[in-house]
Amino acid sequence: MTRASLTFGALLLIAIPLSLLAGRVWIDPAGGTANAALILAELRLPRAVLAVVIGGGLGAAGAAMQGYLRNPLADPGLFGIAPGAAFGAVMAIWLGTASTVILTGSALAGACGAMALLALIAGRTANPPHGIALFTLAGMMIASLAGALTSLAISLAPNAFAMSSIVTWLMGALTDRSWNDVTLAAPLTLAGVLVLWRAGRSLDALTLGEEAARSLGVNPRRLMWAMVLGTGLTVGSGVAVAGIIGFVGLIVPHLVRPMTDKRPSSLIVPSALAGALLVLVADVVCRILPLVTELRLGIALSLIGAPFFLYLLLRMRRGLA
Amino acid sequence: MMLACENLSVEREGKRVLDDISCSLMPGDITAICGPNGAGKSTLLSAMANLVEPSSGCVRLSERDVAAMHPLTRARNIGYLPQLAQVAWDVSVANLVALGRLPHRDAGEAEIRQAMGVCDLDAFADRPISTLSGGEKARALLARVLAGTPQWILADEPLAALDIAHQLTMLKVLRDEADAGCGVVLVLHDLSLAMNHADRVLVLSEGRCVADDDPEIALASDIIDRVWGVQSRWIGEPGEKAVVVHG
Repeated sequence: MTRASLTFGALLLIAIPLSLLAGRVWIDPAGGTANAALILAELRLPRAVLAVVIGGGLGAAGAAMQGYLRNPLADPGLFGIAPGAAFGAVMAIWLGTASTVILTGSALAGACGAMALLALIAGRTANPPHGIALFTLAGMMIASLAGALTSLAISLAPNAFAMSSIVTWLMGALTDRSWNDVTLAAPLTLAGVLVLWRAGRSLDALTLGEEAARSLGVNPRRLMWAMVLGTGLTVGSGVAVAGIIGFVGLIVPHLVRPMTDKRPSSLIVPSALAGALLVLVADVVCRILPLVTELRLGIALSLIGAPFFLYLLLRMRRGLA
Repeated sequence: MMLACENLSVEREGKRVLDDISCSLMPGDITAICGPNGAGKSTLLSAMANLVEPSSGCVRLSERDVAAMHPLTRARNIGYLPQLAQVAWDVSVANLVALGRLPHRDAGEAEIRQAMGVCDLDAFADRPISTLSGGEKARALLARVLAGTPQWILADEPLAALDIAHQLTMLKVLRDEADAGCGVVLVLHDLSLAMNHADRVLVLSEGRCVADDDPEIALASDIIDRVWGVQSRWIGEPGEKAVVVHG
């Protein structure tokens, strides 16, 4: 267990019980009523667990993607994985599927498809400077394409109610999520994180470039499919139950990396813990803000994430200068 | 453990970049691969490490086709140092060198320590790779290969970015490895270094092997003149020779 994992694990253990108490109605831990117990058990606890699950998956996926693409700007949202998942899920809603299993399956298929497309277009570039540009452009192209197809699906929605529910869902939130959502997302996310964690050694080898990694016994095809499966499961299951929650996979590895030895394998578990913490805290902030309606979690994280992305770009520009 | 190419040909986009190369390289030797730009030197080295798929022929390590070997077995036997020394993340020198143990699936602390000692990196163990000079970084990357304790070291222009002092340091490390029984294959542009430090030289031209012999024979002036299209002559004593070239 590394220092970073211990730190974020301990913070998470403190944050989870505190998050259960916070909300429009604050719960007094000393004087529990039947209503408070119900709110805790049926609303806040599943919401907190879901925040941990989704944040953990997005953090791990971001760390693994940055390692795989050797690109510190890689993020499941920016690089089209989350938009791909959203498009898959929107298609399921558009086609009138009520089954959450089919919606989740469609989101997973969308996420895996986007990651596979990204890996096929940009995953085998040998030249690092051009490679980073190619990865970024390919990822943004996939994100734009998935976004455009999603918009097309919205504009062709069969009725106003379907359109409204798709748009609201896309904004990303954990409001009113239940244990059913946890049951659906948790095993898939856990499986995805496990796949990404097992790919850690190969991601470490990629530090030296693809050719050197292959000479160290890494099978690039197997690694690519591990990444497709791992990011597909984590991001797809998250999008399926909570819509698009962006920038977690970008912000978290950057904050965690200075606390690790910089190897991609050292980053995956602490990023999962830090991602869980970030989404949990952001969700608490969303529900305690004194607004007329609750701020959507996806919007809140985008408001934090977009300036952070700009900050990273400016820092990279200074580095290049 | 002999490394042999048998009628090895490689095609890229319909163009034959290696054409029917056959050679048998011996452990304990430093073999230099020389030739003008585009002759196929790096491709030959990559093919020896099974990083390039041959269109025909094969590479054998102790009679075993390297393409049929398990990737980890192959990686444990053949250490490859690519031409582009890229390190994507700012890891410490110790962690960079430890990557050489990945094929062994062990911590290999003794091997890592020894590789760092051989390459004179003990004082740099905790330094981030970005803080090293070009020569120090080249030594760290070589130590990564040595930490894997391979039977063969294949290095693509490992001396290209180094000053003459660091070139000699690297060559000494590689000579010690060869003396310990390791096979060393280097792609070299500097013909004087190849003449003075290699036990054997392969000269490639347009994908074909035009000379495979002792350095004195393979790098004779008439071969250099024909392959590189220059006029050349060697000056100096054996072991300290330098090539003088006229356009």
